[in-house]
Amino acid sequence: MADLRDLYQEVILEHSKQPRNYRELGDANHKAEGYNPLCGDHFTVYLKMDGEKIQDVSFQGSGCAISKASASMMTQSVKGKTLAEAEKIFEQFHKLVTGAEHNGTQEELGKLAVFSGVSEFPVRVKCATLAWHTLHAALEGKQEAISTE
Amino acid sequence: MTTAPNTYTEFRPLATAHHGYDVQRVRRDFPILTQKVHGKPLVYLDNAATTQKPRQVLDAIVSYYSEDNANVHRGVHQLSERATEAYERARGIAQRFLNAARPEEIIFVRGTTEAINLVAQTYGRRNVVAGDEIIITAMEHHSNIVPWQMLCEEKGARLRVVPINDRGELILEEYSKLLGRKTKLVAVGHVSNALGTINPIRRIVELAHQQGVPVLVDGAQAAPRMKVDVRELDADFYAFSGHKIYGPTGIGVLYGKASLLDAMPPYQGGGDMISSVTFEKTLYNKLPHKFEAGTPHMEGAIGLGAALEYVNQLGIDNVQAHEQDVLAYATEQVSAIPGVCLIGTARKKTGVLSFVLESVHPHDIGTILDQEGIAIRTGHHCAQPVMQRFGVPATARASFGLYNTREDVDALVCGLNKVREVFA
Repeated sequence: MADLRDLYQEVILEHSKQPRNYRELGDANHKAEGYNPLCGDHFTVYLKMDGEKIQDVSFQGSGCAISKASASMMTQSVKGKTLAEAEKIFEQFHKLVTGAEHNGTQEELGKLAVFSGVSEFPVRVKCATLAWHTLHAALEGKQEAISTE
Repeated sequence: MTTAPNTYTEFRPLATAHHGYDVQRVRRDFPILTQKVHGKPLVYLDNAATTQKPRQVLDAIVSYYSEDNANVHRGVHQLSERATEAYERARGIAQRFLNAARPEEIIFVRGTTEAINLVAQTYGRRNVVAGDEIIITAMEHHSNIVPWQMLCEEKGARLRVVPINDRGELILEEYSKLLGRKTKLVAVGHVSNALGTINPIRRIVELAHQQGVPVLVDGAQAAPRMKVDVRELDADFYAFSGHKIYGPTGIGVLYGKASLLDAMPPYQGGGDMISSVTFEKTLYNKLPHKFEAGTPHMEGAIGLGAALEYVNQLGIDNVQAHEQDVLAYATEQVSAIPGVCLIGTARKKTGVLSFVLESVHPHDIGTILDQEGIAIRTGHHCAQPVMQRFGVPATARASFGLYNTREDVDALVCGLNKVREVFA
């Protein structure tokens, strides 16, 4: 069960059960939908931008523990950040969960480092990154629902 | 037998279930089953997606390539004769397996999906016009939805859908109401891949024929699990896939009544499907070759023949009785786990146990079971309308084959309890 506990860390399970910023954002000025047709995960990410700064961010939808926890922790990590900073975190997060880079990134990612176990489960990478791709689409102002496929 | 919390009293393992069917001996025919996955013995419960192959099938393929390989229907040389004989012998095996009247009613295709597309693109395009209707059901696999949608879009025809009840059974009264003057074809699954429901094909065909409407049956999940007699069912078309019945991928069968097949235009053009070609006019070959353009999947057909013979040798009734026993046991055991809700509780069911576990997404169930060496399918099972009907984004699905045992079910239950631990 050691491997499984790497994936399903307590923090992840806790966020999946009680996701943060899980609501519709009434005064959002950006939003996007993300969909993983393989497993049916479906999220909407709401953003309130103040110029280049993410003033508020929230999400809603359904998905597995990994995708939901990832969405929850993403909202915490990008709130108050600039667009460029958020994209930088996504880039590092992506490297973390795909196992592309092992050195250095974990510290910068802070709490998000708990997702390092995902790299051992390649089919779950899409779960971990769905909310991030959706955030990216919202920042770019894309209207169509994005898909992991 | 103890009664499960729900009403699954329809499972009546036949008297032969435990007599003469030696599942341990059967398992020894499947080399892949002896391996370990993540250090645990493999428990393969994804048979509705694809089945494993017995040595007899693997040997038939190796022996074909080692001894007989040549192109069929062409050469006058010895190898070509042998290859042709082996290929046509496989057709005969498939004919007898379905109890078709004639071997030329068996068309080799890539699989069930291609079989359905073939009928949609030939019979459908020739006969369906604007305003016509095609009837399918709410429990179809995407491959028995999309080809008809494409046809309807092209022709300006309308797709009508027979609804299902909360158990996952067709509502036949609604079906009767949909059948009418505008109906040009009924396309229905024999067994639902997402729910396990066995549909009353004989009755469905009877009602359609009263209106002069032909019926295509998607038998992908039925052929591996129960006796199929196309003449008794009076099905006009019947399709199944080799890889779901312990044979190779890339090969399947379309059965069609000769009178219908004869009247249909060819599907694809090329070699083998012609009797003569000039630049002015091409004469098409007779059945079944008219529908088999190009060098066929000889290895596949021969492997499929070996797989059907393997099933015949075990006896499809014995296979069914054995699988019903395992399914009944699984239904009882899995539904007793707190938080489990079964999706698909038809009174007549086979092969498939779909379920959701309270507050755990099926994807997480799948990953945790995989760590225990247990292979199940999670997701929408290419039947998204079924998921919508039951209001779930996805389910976990255990599906059984002729080599599964009650011990496999025990492993599944143990794995599901691990899932509950992780998410406690």
